[in-house]
Amino acid sequence: MDQILQVKGVSKHFGGFTALSDVSVDIVRGERFGLIGPNGSGKTTLINCISGALRNDGGSILFEGVEVSGLPAYKRTRRGIARSFQLPRPFHSMTVLENLLVPLEYVAHGKEEEVFDILRRIGLADKAHTQSNQLSQVELRKLELARAMAAKPRLLISDEAMAGLSGSEVDEVLKILLDLNATGITVIMIEHIMQAVMRFSQRVVCLDAGKIICEGTPASIVANPDVQRAYLGA
Amino acid sequence: MKYWISAILLVVLAAGTALSGMNEYFFFAGYVVLTFVVLATAWNILGGYAGYVNFGTAAFFGIGAYTATVLFKWLGAPLAVQIAGGALISGLLGFGVGLLTLRLRGIFFAIATVAVIFICETLMINWRYVGGATGLQLLRPEVLAPFETYTRMLFVLMALLAVGAVSIARYIQTSWFGRGLRAIRDSEEAAEASGVPTLKLKLFACTVSGMLMGAAGAPMPMYLSFIEPVSSFNLTYSVSALAMPMIGGTAHWIGPVIGALLLGSVQQIVTVTISNEINVLVVGVLLVLFVVLAPDGVIGLFKKWTRYFK
Repeated sequence: MDQILQVKGVSKHFGGFTALSDVSVDIVRGERFGLIGPNGSGKTTLINCISGALRNDGGSILFEGVEVSGLPAYKRTRRGIARSFQLPRPFHSMTVLENLLVPLEYVAHGKEEEVFDILRRIGLADKAHTQSNQLSQVELRKLELARAMAAKPRLLISDEAMAGLSGSEVDEVLKILLDLNATGITVIMIEHIMQAVMRFSQRVVCLDAGKIICEGTPASIVANPDVQRAYLGA
Repeated sequence: MKYWISAILLVVLAAGTALSGMNEYFFFAGYVVLTFVVLATAWNILGGYAGYVNFGTAAFFGIGAYTATVLFKWLGAPLAVQIAGGALISGLLGFGVGLLTLRLRGIFFAIATVAVIFICETLMINWRYVGGATGLQLLRPEVLAPFETYTRMLFVLMALLAVGAVSIARYIQTSWFGRGLRAIRDSEEAAEASGVPTLKLKLFACTVSGMLMGAAGAPMPMYLSFIEPVSSFNLTYSVSALAMPMIGGTAHWIGPVIGALLLGSVQQIVTVTISNEINVLVVGVLLVLFVVLAPDGVIGLFKKWTRYFK
């Protein structure tokens, strides 16, 4: 099997708190992968370790067979890992277009027309010249994804791109992610909205207290008693 | 193109007035104002574009002045070499300081840069070769033709430096490099995730900024025929270099220029008409007023008004 990302025994501590302990997971090229877990279970810490915003304390992370856990975040982006942020972090002094020019210039070395292509696909084309601090919540989420796309990644990590959105808006973002996956990009989706994860993912992993408690198809995850306990308490 | 024509015209204008019979005091004061144009522009590269508030302007300025002094005393180096030397050493200082402090953010970075001033000042106070705490009297060499007095020559020189500094800042602002710095200011995490090598960019900005500040400080000993640590590393340089871009507007290269011309001229007028002490008060009051009422500076006000009257 062609693994795009291999996480092997990764752990991360914050002082005395263990955010991740011995997490191992493999992601297959082209896969739609869902990462779920209750609040504070370590989902965002794990993707911070993968994207380079944090350094893992132990274990190794291989992207396309190459160890990346020692690399700074920008080098990982240049290798092909892009992410969106849970709380949108737009470059607020710039227009939507300029936001996308940053990764385009620093990573993809592409032309400006490509940015419009991405904006059209994501549904922000008419906002290209809008200042990014004037966007609505759903537009900000889309901008996060669009900016990640402008780096032309092979692995896209979407960190709760749908949190706080309405039903139809969730559908919209979901469709964007499905379309991106259809073009061959591997997608890791972190989400609280179960329905969205279930519809999107081919395979789901559930984290609880920094450990993987189960892995499987969406249907099997929902039926798993450990997952039910983690979410509902028992 | 329009920019370069105006830049050349400004230098020609400066040279023209220097060769005219204008009152000597104009050049004496103009030199200081132009020095602040360089300092404010240099500060803005790191402080305005990247959002890293540097309080260490006085350190870079002073080190530039002391480098020039050493070169002059040791080798009798001409002014151009003094300036190049001052820029080089202050640039190195910027690189070193950046390496040590640019991992810090916000207020911690600002505090660290203040410390640099005191370190540099203490070093110079204890260095006998450059006169220690009492300072050093310097004998100016002959003024070069066609200038009548040394101050006039320095005035034109500083005008050249100012145009050079502004051109560098303008280039940075409009290039991919400037976009990277803006991304850092808006969100460092997102910049890094977008492939921007944040530490490298900040280091480069800090080095360029330090170089320009050093170049601005280098002619100071010749201007005063004297050098002494307390005035060379005076905190007023740091405060003014920060206040001027804030007042003019930090987002555009013209902002620090407007701020420096405005505040620098007011300071000179106040010094002559009222007193030197009121100077600092003027800077303080103006800074508070602008931060509260016009956070985007004169440029911001201008934009608001043009939008309002459209």
